[in-house]
Amino acid sequence: MPKLTRWYIKLSLVYLVLALLVAAILASRTLWTLPPVLAALSPVYFHLFMVGWVSELIIGVVFWLFPTYSPERKRGNETLAWAVFWILNGGLLLRIFSEPMLGRASWAGGLLAASAVLQWVAGMLFVYITWGRVRPPRRRQKA
Amino acid sequence: MSRPKLMLWATRAGLLYIALGITFGALILFHKGIPYAPTLWLLLPAHMDLMLIGGMTQFAFGIAFGILPRFRTEPRRGNVKLAWAALILLNLGVWLVALSPYLGFNAGTALLAGRALEAAGALAFLLHAWPRVRPVVITVPKAKKVA
Repeated sequence: MPKLTRWYIKLSLVYLVLALLVAAILASRTLWTLPPVLAALSPVYFHLFMVGWVSELIIGVVFWLFPTYSPERKRGNETLAWAVFWILNGGLLLRIFSEPMLGRASWAGGLLAASAVLQWVAGMLFVYITWGRVRPPRRRQKA
Repeated sequence: MSRPKLMLWATRAGLLYIALGITFGALILFHKGIPYAPTLWLLLPAHMDLMLIGGMTQFAFGIAFGILPRFRTEPRRGNVKLAWAALILLNLGVWLVALSPYLGFNAGTALLAGRALEAAGALAFLLHAWPRVRPVVITVPKAKKVA
């Protein structure tokens, strides 16, 4: 299993725990009155789950198990693949911190917009680097 | 069938949907941070359906079609027509749901029809995949005797 996949899988598990903790906080609204910052966590919960947990697990496994790009560069452009990892997680973390603060802190709007740009760039790069690996597996040549 | 064409189509279509869905999501999120076009919120159903159904579900269908155990006899991937029907229904449904906010008084009907088509697509894939979800029997070739 390549190092990048290990990072994706471990981080996706961390996101799963975080998402479910946020879900628990949101569920506590039925018992207690939460501060407005915590009550605004619904979109954060959903994207921690879908982007952090589901998507990052899929991306990690795709990088690992999809057909090789070429005999010389089995997993394609690995530098770009690592860039997707950092840009996607940077965008997601910016969202987690800025979205609940929207309307409460002047810096939140700009950071949320930056998070949108980062996640979009990561998504486009992922599609680009994965496209060349979506094809029938190579046949092994007999010696 | 040595080259699962459906797998390639579904996986590539899934990637395209993900690209489009992320673009819509990024436009909405950017607007949420720095408001510039309130009508972008109309893209929210499209963003969700393109990502979850058109992107991830179709991607998963493609991979499943390629890697689920095959039968010993033809057709080795089972009822392939059902799998194609699943993809067609799913795609029609996604586009109806995505376009529903722009269809004026027909919006509710389009949303309902889109969801029904998506459900029908999922059912078609279930019927295709069900018999293929089974234990794999591996036959080990007999070792040649050394003289």
